[in-house]
Amino acid sequence: MKRRGFLAAAGAAFVAGCNKVADSDAGARLLSAAEKWHMGAHRLLANREALAPEYPRSAISPFFRGNGSVDPQNGDYPRHVEEGFANWQLTIGGLVRNPLALTLDNIRRLPQRSQVTRHDCVEGWSAIGEWTGPQLSLLLDEAQLRPEAQFIVFRCADNLNGQDYYESVDLIDAYHPQTIVAHRLNGEPLPVRNGAPLRMRIERQLGYKHAKYLTAIEAVASLDDIGEGQGGYWEDRAGYQWYAGI
Amino acid sequence: MKRHGASTRIWHWLNLLCVVVLFMSGLTISNAHRLLYWGDWGFDRSQAWLEVPRFPDWMTIPGYYSLAVARDWHILMAWPFALGLLFMWIAMLVNRHFKRDLTTTRREWRPKAIWRDIVEHAKLNFDHGEGKYNFIQKLAYGLVLGVFLPMMVFTGIAISPGTEPTFGWLVDLLGGRQSARSLHFIFAFAILGFFIVHVALVLLSGPIGQMRAMITGGSTHEA
Repeated sequence: MKRRGFLAAAGAAFVAGCNKVADSDAGARLLSAAEKWHMGAHRLLANREALAPEYPRSAISPFFRGNGSVDPQNGDYPRHVEEGFANWQLTIGGLVRNPLALTLDNIRRLPQRSQVTRHDCVEGWSAIGEWTGPQLSLLLDEAQLRPEAQFIVFRCADNLNGQDYYESVDLIDAYHPQTIVAHRLNGEPLPVRNGAPLRMRIERQLGYKHAKYLTAIEAVASLDDIGEGQGGYWEDRAGYQWYAGI
Repeated sequence: MKRHGASTRIWHWLNLLCVVVLFMSGLTISNAHRLLYWGDWGFDRSQAWLEVPRFPDWMTIPGYYSLAVARDWHILMAWPFALGLLFMWIAMLVNRHFKRDLTTTRREWRPKAIWRDIVEHAKLNFDHGEGKYNFIQKLAYGLVLGVFLPMMVFTGIAISPGTEPTFGWLVDLLGGRQSARSLHFIFAFAILGFFIVHVALVLLSGPIGQMRAMITGGSTHEA
């Protein structure tokens, strides 16, 4: 009993020490630097166009789990669901020369890419599905990015716990061939739980980067003034890593 | 001659720190989704081969449920852990610690010799004649250094979606991402098992002298 008391006390002291390190300026800097070392290593080892694995259709999971927002009730979203998303609009703006406003029809008429990929949630689970939509690079080329643009921000219709969901990637992931604006899952229009009518696919990163219920794509020079400045809903709210390739 | 080389001692304590932080932050990550699967995918109970219990907060880093903070620690300590292991392997091959102390001979693998070793171990007789380590010790250290610890690195790399374009073959070799995740969990607990036995045997074989030797190096005459 005494020994267990000692172990528990030693464990608690160790955890307290870790928390003290994490709360210090130097500790916090070290923890966020480690994220960048991983990103640097991944980028160094893989070609910027290197593909995430694609699977045969036979590998598709029987059901594609939804997570986070699965049925948004805020704002106009329920009305859009009722209308079958006939009036949904995706805008592409920010640091671009040619801002765009696209309907779902416009998006369906663009050249499409279909990919059977694995979705990995930060929590640990995975599901495989077939996603279809135009490459983001097509839309960005059409909108003509200004040279100052460094990041692409994805705005979403869902409001979770009082904050609008958003996400962001740098231009390497934005221009990656598998980064698509998906409007179909397994050959059907996206279900609401998976982000209807449009969602991002950022195949080399974890699920929370794949913004759902997409309303706007915005090119920016810095993420500092977007949301609370950490580059995404979960990054702002809970301190999730902006680079989600780990 | 010192009983433990400087490289061994530095690595031993660095690795202890890394393993403890990685294990405790790993328990928080496990709490985020307590189901383990085989193959490429899995997301609910019907596909799981194991439902892991929820680990209480006092066992975890940061001591309360935060997947983000746990991942911060895991992501940080993965570096000294993996690079330290690489350093230890290079040092062990260069200073011949591996060849001299850890490689087994064919004679040691004879069932009779193994049995004698087990009996001596059970009697807590750690006084072995030739060589620094007996067969069971060589096997245990060999497994930890050659299989358990490296497998943590390999399965960890395989779970990361950002490494998969480079190491897709590794994910395939391990049987898919969810298999790699399951193996990551299994080897983590194999290391915990080694840790418990290792600490118990140190306590039974003169902990003060053993600790001193792993800090100062000690000498080959003691022990």
